[in-house]
Formats: sequence, C-alpha cells, structure tokens
Amino acid sequence: MSLRIKKGIPLIDQYDKNCMWGGKFGGNFVPETLKKPIDDLTKLFEKLRKDKSFLKERDDYFKNYVGSPTPLIRLDNLTDYLGGAQIWAKVVSENPGTAHKVYNVLVHCLMARRAGKKYVCTDTGAGMNGKNLAMVGKMLGLKVKIFMGLVDIKRQKKNVDVMKKYGAEVVPVTTGSQTLVDAVSECMRYFVANCDTTHLVVGSAVGPAIWIRICAWSAAQISRELIVQIKEEFGKIPKKLKLLNCIGGGSSALGFWNEFIDYDKKQVELIGVEAGGSKKSKKHAAPLTNGSKIGILHGSAQYVIQDADGQIGETESISAGLDYPGISAIHCFLKDTKRARYTSATDEEALNAYKLVSKFENISPSLEPSHAFAEAIRIAPKLSKDTVLIINSCGHSLKDSIIIKSKLGYYTE
Amino acid sequence: MKSEIQLAFENCKKEKRPALITYTVASDPNKKKSLEILKSLAKYADILELGFPHSTPIGDGGQIQTSSHRAIKNGFKMKDAFQIVKSFKKTEKNKPVILMGYYNMIFQYGENKFLIDCKKSGVSGIICVDLPWPENKIFAKKCKKKSIVFVQLLAPTTTKERMKKIIRDSDSMNYLISILGTTGSKLKVSPKKILENYNKIKRINPKKNLVIGFGITDSTISSFKSASGLVVGSLLCKTITNSLKMRINPATKLLKTVYNLKKKII
Repeated sequence: MSLRIKKGIPLIDQYDKNCMWGGKFGGNFVPETLKKPIDDLTKLFEKLRKDKSFLKERDDYFKNYVGSPTPLIRLDNLTDYLGGAQIWAKVVSENPGTAHKVYNVLVHCLMARRAGKKYVCTDTGAGMNGKNLAMVGKMLGLKVKIFMGLVDIKRQKKNVDVMKKYGAEVVPVTTGSQTLVDAVSECMRYFVANCDTTHLVVGSAVGPAIWIRICAWSAAQISRELIVQIKEEFGKIPKKLKLLNCIGGGSSALGFWNEFIDYDKKQVELIGVEAGGSKKSKKHAAPLTNGSKIGILHGSAQYVIQDADGQIGETESISAGLDYPGISAIHCFLKDTKRARYTSATDEEALNAYKLVSKFENISPSLEPSHAFAEAIRIAPKLSKDTVLIINSCGHSLKDSIIIKSKLGYYTE
Repeated sequence: MKSEIQLAFENCKKEKRPALITYTVASDPNKKKSLEILKSLAKYADILELGFPHSTPIGDGGQIQTSSHRAIKNGFKMKDAFQIVKSFKKTEKNKPVILMGYYNMIFQYGENKFLIDCKKSGVSGIICVDLPWPENKIFAKKCKKKSIVFVQLLAPTTTKERMKKIIRDSDSMNYLISILGTTGSKLKVSPKKILENYNKIKRINPKKNLVIGFGITDSTISSFKSASGLVVGSLLCKTITNSLKMRINPATKLLKTVYNLKKKII
C-alpha cells in the first residue's frame, strides 16, 4: 500500500492511534515510566493549541522577542555568479537565539510554565538548542539543565560559554560517541528520573511522537511568515519554487515547509539536505539519502543508521547540529510519500558553500544551512531564471568560527 | 503445563521467601565468561535475566551501560545471546532464563524468528524495556502462543486504571519499577513506601507474581522480603567491572555476591 498525505490536515495530526505516521514511523517506544508524562504532555498540548490566550502569548513572544518576520532576502551576487535560478534566503538566524531552535524552546517553556514546572532539561548538539533554552529559560524564570556530548562541548565552545552566561547547567555526556545521540539518551534518562518536576524539551522533531509534534508545530512560524513574504514579493506563489533545508533531526525543515505541503510538488519542491560526512570517510549522518533501514531510536521508529543487529551506528559530520543517526518520523513519511526529495552534501561541499555565500553576500550561515546552500549551488546553474530557490538559513556561523578558521584559515562573521 | 518461571515462584513461596532474580549482560565481559557467570549465579538465584546489550539504552544507568558497551565492544551479536542460553540450559535444565533488552534488537531480528530462537534455546520469558502496553499487545500474544512469558512493566507513574488493564493482559509475572529513575538509581523513596505501593498493585490480582526491580542492592534487599521476587542487576554489573579492574575472575566474585544476597532474603 502506498502512503498518502491527506490535504488540509496538518502533518503533525496525520498519525494513527499508535501515534505513527504512515503506520510505520514515530510511535512511543519508551519505558513504562514515561507513558504518563507523555499522556499528560499530549493533553496539555491539545488543550493549549486551541487556547486563545496561549496562542496570543506565543505570538506576542514570537513578534516582540524573536522578532517576526525574519528577513527574506534575494542573494543577487550569488545568483549572478551561478547564473541560473534566483537564489533567496530566509534568514531565520536573525533572531536573538541566532537559530530556529528559539521557536520550539519558547513554546516548551510557555507550556512548562502553564504546567507549573520550574525545571526544564534538554539535549544539544551544535549548542543552538541549548543556548536558546538557556536564554529563554532565564527570561521566563525557569531552571535549565543541558546535556551535551563532550566532543560537541569542545567543538562548539562558543555556545557553551553563552549557555553558562545565562546561568544554565551544562552536563557533559561522556558515553558512546559523545555527540548528540548520546546527549539525547542521557537527557531522556534524566527525564525518566525527574519527570515529576521537570519538563523535557527535545531539541529537534525527534523522540516520542508528542515531542515531534510540538517541535514541528512551533517551528511552523517560519513557514507562516515565508508564505506571506513570498506573496508580497512575487504577488503569488511562483510556478517553480524550491525550498531547500538542511536536515539533522529535521525540525527547521518541518517549520520551513509546513504551509507548502499541500502544493503540488511540481510547483513547490521540498528538498532536504543531509550531512554526507567527510568525502574521505565512509561515515555520514544521512540515513534517508543512503537508504538506512527502519529502526527504533529515542522512542521513535524512523530510518536510522544501524547495523544488521540493530545497534545504532556511529555518525560523522563537520556540523554538530546534523550529526545524528536518525531523522524525524515526519521526514520519513515525507520521503515515502515522495512529497520531499532528500539528498546529502559532504563536509567539503558545505565548507565551500559557506565560503561562497559569506564571500558574495552579507549573511554568514552556520555549517548546518551551508549544507542546503551546497545543494543550491549544485542545482542553480542548471535551472531556468524563473525558478526560485529559497534556502532556510536557520543558524548563524559564529558558533563554528573555530572549525571554519581551522579549515579555511580565516573566518568572516 | 506450568512454565518454569511459575514453578520457580511456587518453590520460593513454599520456602516463604522471594525469588532472587539476577540480571547480567550477554557477552559481558565476553561470550565464554558470561556463560560461566550465569552458571555461578544459578547456584543461588532462582531466575536469571540475561540482557542483550543495546548501543542506546535509554532506560539504563551507568553500571548497565558500562556492561552493555563492554559486551558490544567485545563483539556481541544477537545470535550469541541464544547460544549462551542454549549452552547454559544443557547443564541447568530447570533454571528459567529471561531475555531482556530493547525493542529495536527484536525488531531487526524479526519478532517471529526471535521467538523461534527463544524457544529453541530454552528461553522462558522476555522483558522488553521500550515496548510498553498497549503497543506490546501483538508481540505479547505471540509470546503467549509460544508459551513464553512476556513480562509487563509497571512504574511509579502508572495510573491505577492503566495498572488494571496491563495486569489483565499480563502473563504470570509482572515487574514493578521501584522508583522514578534508570536502573541502578539510588532508592529515593523508603522501602516502606515502595512496599505500600507494591501491596496495592498486588491486590489487583494476587495470583500474578510481582517482582520489584531498580535500586535493589545488598544493603536494601532485606527490606523487600515480602515481595514475590527481587531483581538485582546494576550491583552485579558493577561487580563485574570491579573484578576486571582487579584482575580477578568475575564469575568467582559474583558467586559470593549472589550468595550474600540470597542469605539476606531467607
């Protein structure tokens, strides 16, 4: 049976009684202890998403704190240089948290407050999620605990400094590969032990179904802004539009694409770009591109890098934010329904994209969106001038300054 | 016919003591040694849980994580778990073994093939950490058909209404997670409180064997004598880790550990 997307229904609601998309992605593969907290959170979310005072509160913060809308700009120099499709960027990183993570974090913190929880915990890879939770948590008077792999703490030190500045506790995770996958596991373990007092913020659209749904619902703000901006700019939705987004867990892409799901894919193509890892290495973080099998990771069935036995495989990427063996269940659903197309870019291609974009344009994408720019650079020259490519520039490069400097010999903010 | 697990509980009941249930990880520290460890434990334990290690164990604390990583690093493959059980059952015919682990391993192996190999090797029961009720209904039914006990887990957060439904669908053995936490956590709640909760659950269906796990060590075990069974895991994994550090045979060391545990619940 082929999978189908239902029109007019939000993707986050297209799941079955087992909380699975397409009958095989998502679900709640969790220890018994988490069943009740998941039920409670689901009830709270269903109540609040219909609660006008909550929505107003959310929108006020989006407008006055995050700053809405984030800019949509035409990259004239890059467009001229590549000589093909028009290239645009939605500079989502133009917000106080310098990444799209702020939306999910804000919604979770507002929910935690409504639930009367004073503590919030989260995982972080690149540190963008951690930084945002530290920032928003402090503003809203919540105590913040952040789990981060030791490898990531070293390579994203700038963000760690910011987290600490905001008063968050950063817990180094030293198990396994000491990256995002281990941070998520450790954070879940902490939540299992403290679910009576603590609100868990999962940093991407992964984990048990309710966290996937809240994350995608929150990030959809990007898309709501974008569709208005596109109509203002072009008068209508262009005939040939392509929305490019990097994919780690997949939260920014779900936010970026949300309003465009029902458009025909011939008109609005959705392109997800995974982390292909180093050209010289066999390891990667691209389960969709490389045909990984369905498995269960962090409570959710998804395409995941694993061996024949079901042990989760090690990943490799220059960008800490994409360095995750799994992928949001909703992206698996979008892949199998063929609504989105997935590909990958290597470390080298992403670095090269950073180099070109920061040279030609007045923006400085982090290594995560640089993967999406890499795909744009690959395809733009082959496309007609009336094709519009929009890249979600969902993170700012400052956090990567050390890596970029070590690879390119310089860094431009 | 009564299952080996049921018979083990009945024997313990006759002796007016809880069943002693141990947990160790297959292939920790290696395949051969873990079999030797099982044989040591079998001298005093009533039921043996054998974990199949997973790389991403979200329900386990530090000690079991260390054992799991050691086993995987030493080349553990799923088929090894069955071979260990099969060899063990050759000499310990009546001692029930329960396989315990995470669902992805069963899923990749294939539920049906997994159960066939359980049956072939002599596995009596299964605990799946991250396949809760009602998601486990279909798999639990398959277990029942093969006369393998699917052990349901109950947690401090499980509501009474949910408890009733889970117990209604359960086989002869259920597992109460004592506290909010991962395996090997410190008991944050007094044994008295845990037993109060235990007794409430036990009353839902007194015929079902209800065991307590998480945080059971040599210093806490004697407080829980009234339970049907008690699971000790992290303490044993820690003992293996320490034995390896001190270059002594973990199987010998564990024999003493399990003897001491048993002495405290007789």
